[in-house]
Amino acid sequence: MLTAGKFLLVLALVLSAYGIVASVAGARTANRALVDSGRRAVYGLALTLVAAFAILEAAFLRSDFSFSLVATHSSTTTPVFYRATAIWSSQEGSLLLWATLLSLWSSGVLFVTRRRVREIAPYATAVLCGFATFFVALLVFMESPFQGLSAVPAEGVGLNPLLRHPSMMIHPPMLYSGYTLFAVPFAFAVGALITRRLNADWIRTTRPFTLAAWFFLGIGIVLGARWSYTELGWGGYWAWDPVENASLMPWLTGTAFLHSVMIQEKRGMLKVWNASLVLATGVLAILGTFLVRSGILESIHAFGASTLGVPFLTLIGVMILASVYLVVSRAPDLRSDSRLDSFASREAMFLLNNLVLVAMCVIVFWGTFFPLISEAITGEKASVGPPWFDRAIVPAALLLVLLTGIGPAIAWRRATVANLRRQLTAPVLVALAVLVFVVAIGATKPTSMLLFVFAGFSLGVVAQEFVRGVRARRAMAPESVPVALVSLVRRNRRRYGGYVVHVGMIVLFVGIAASSAFQKSSDTDLRPGQSVNVGGYQLTYEQPTSAVVAASNGRLERIDLGATLRVRRDGKDVETLVTKRSYFPSMDPTLGPISRFFEGEATSEVGLRAGLLRDVWTVISPSLSGLRGRIEEGDKVFEGPGAKLDEAQRQAFLAQALTGLADSYRRNPPPATFRTIVSPMVTWIWLGAIIVFLGGLITIWPAPRASQRMVTAGYAARVARELGRA
Amino acid sequence: MDPSRKRTIRLVVALSAAVLLASALIYTSFTASTEARSPSQLLAGAVPGKSYELTGKVAEGSWVKRGAVNVFSVRDREGHKSVPITYSGQVPDPFREGREVVVTVTKQGDRWVGEKDSLVTKCPSKFQTEAPKT
Repeated sequence: MLTAGKFLLVLALVLSAYGIVASVAGARTANRALVDSGRRAVYGLALTLVAAFAILEAAFLRSDFSFSLVATHSSTTTPVFYRATAIWSSQEGSLLLWATLLSLWSSGVLFVTRRRVREIAPYATAVLCGFATFFVALLVFMESPFQGLSAVPAEGVGLNPLLRHPSMMIHPPMLYSGYTLFAVPFAFAVGALITRRLNADWIRTTRPFTLAAWFFLGIGIVLGARWSYTELGWGGYWAWDPVENASLMPWLTGTAFLHSVMIQEKRGMLKVWNASLVLATGVLAILGTFLVRSGILESIHAFGASTLGVPFLTLIGVMILASVYLVVSRAPDLRSDSRLDSFASREAMFLLNNLVLVAMCVIVFWGTFFPLISEAITGEKASVGPPWFDRAIVPAALLLVLLTGIGPAIAWRRATVANLRRQLTAPVLVALAVLVFVVAIGATKPTSMLLFVFAGFSLGVVAQEFVRGVRARRAMAPESVPVALVSLVRRNRRRYGGYVVHVGMIVLFVGIAASSAFQKSSDTDLRPGQSVNVGGYQLTYEQPTSAVVAASNGRLERIDLGATLRVRRDGKDVETLVTKRSYFPSMDPTLGPISRFFEGEATSEVGLRAGLLRDVWTVISPSLSGLRGRIEEGDKVFEGPGAKLDEAQRQAFLAQALTGLADSYRRNPPPATFRTIVSPMVTWIWLGAIIVFLGGLITIWPAPRASQRMVTAGYAARVARELGRA
Repeated sequence: MDPSRKRTIRLVVALSAAVLLASALIYTSFTASTEARSPSQLLAGAVPGKSYELTGKVAEGSWVKRGAVNVFSVRDREGHKSVPITYSGQVPDPFREGREVVVTVTKQGDRWVGEKDSLVTKCPSKFQTEAPKT
């Protein structure tokens, strides 16, 4: 199967290279057959890469340790779900996933556009094939996922325990889908610039793919934040790490693009801006992949000893140079059809919103690359931390929330005073009511108060839009309010789906503002029976817990040491929280069989009481000092008389020894360190994200009229063909 | 007002705002930044009270946990010079001896104190050094 996998990758490389040549030659010579052949090469590429992916997946599922990748990233004790998803925990597997997703999305867009934007599509095909060639070449020549092992091990290393979290296993495919989908508008923008077909056709054609890219990247970012909050044991959800920032940058410019294309579609303006934004988004998507794999910046995520920096840097260089050349050389064709009539207009607000989003991206970019920038300028490597990012981003975020409200409320072209009064009175009243409320509850931090007020204003605008829309529908037809609401959204998914996204973003921002400004935390050593008071809650360490856990095949998987804590508020019991630390064995053969369990990876299981108003979060860090003597003693027993035992006896004694250790921890628990955090409104972040993605789904879903048009157009084309034959 | 003059004024205002904002960004980043140092660079010269971002590996056998206080040494990636750190609070889950870490430290007298919650340990998921058992 290793050979079959390698063969499929070589075939994929040939197909992607052929796709470039056939598409460009077909476009240059106006040879339709050659263009079609180039497109079919992409379908073939997708099939080939899916087959290669399936071979690797099957190897992971059946724990085939003759595959080096399986042996180093999975084991028989790894649960089946995580075995199925362990494929992308490696450099090679994640690159294969990247290439496979790219080929699938490319096939999708080229199938959809096979009879549309005919001049642009061949060049877009060539660009998409160019990306595929790059990634498949990395897989063939540098990071093959189909390397074999001459001596097949009895057991694999296993998936890193930190990654055994459902959201972490969905997070990479979502991120990669976002990154690869952003290649689609990039490719069509390049095609449009080459052919000088610079009206809004290519934007409309690729819009569902751009929206899907934004949607998936957003899901990926939120899942990563959720994993960080519930799994990493530090209690935060965003650390401004370079790799986190790398995913945020294309999302920000992608969001800006989704707004500014409306101006181009409606008024023929901002063509240079839109082309530049979409090209920048494509470059930033590749930059994200580069940052993870190059090791150029210190990050908790970076692949250790990667050699992929130079190829990625070359690709990014080519993309930037080509983008700049195309935009500059096509500048006369990118002239706007009309001009901005007034700053008091929706166009101006959209432009301002774009500038804020791009400014946020510039801030994130500057902060992320600051170590390299400072080294280049001063010769000293220096970095900026989360406080700098927070200080720089918060004003922009405040402005963004305000613009989220003003944009939809203001008229196109030029707003009159009467229009502004009509549109803004109710939302301003909502904002004032929020101000009174936050002052009444004793909020004092100006930035948080401003954000709540702006959020109230923007929510007021959205509510007003929905109320007016429903009223208008009910004035036209005798519909009940729910029916009118549903038909309103169905008939204009883009607009009202967009409003739902705005609501979600506002809820999310409120959650971030509240949880970061009003968080209370404590790191405390506790013995059973002792308590700590944090943020109005009293947490009492009730009793220690411990367990030795075996996998479904009977092999010992881990040892858990934890605690149960009683949570009380105002003298009343609120909840019992359970937190533990799981110790997974190291594969280092130089370690003793018992100490191996405490020298491998360890993960924290968070005790969490999530609520709409506040979360109580706690995690234990048990002290192993009391167990050290017994651990060393156990290792000696296995070295001495235990050395003569066969494997089954060894496993049985090991289980006995570990159970003894676990019991001893429960009977004589040493003091444990607990980090306890009480954060208000963290749940709003996840709720906001769900609302954003529901709104995203509404906007992506094809409108009934559009589906009808497609069916009608297909039928008309068939009738025309049949008439032609007759 | 003449439309071309109006456009020029708009452009000048927009560019001035952009320059001002960019200057603020550059100034704040340089003033708020923490210099990155390896252990040997830090030992060669460091200003007491100033923060440094120390990068290296946790020295083998150096990590001792005393309640909520962790004491460990960070050594050069390639080399043996190491800086002993006193760090209060929780260490990240992947924290281990031999792992790459980044921590913000300050020299206080003879001691090096790690700033709370500044300790970052590289995610070991991407390290492939550990060989499977044959």
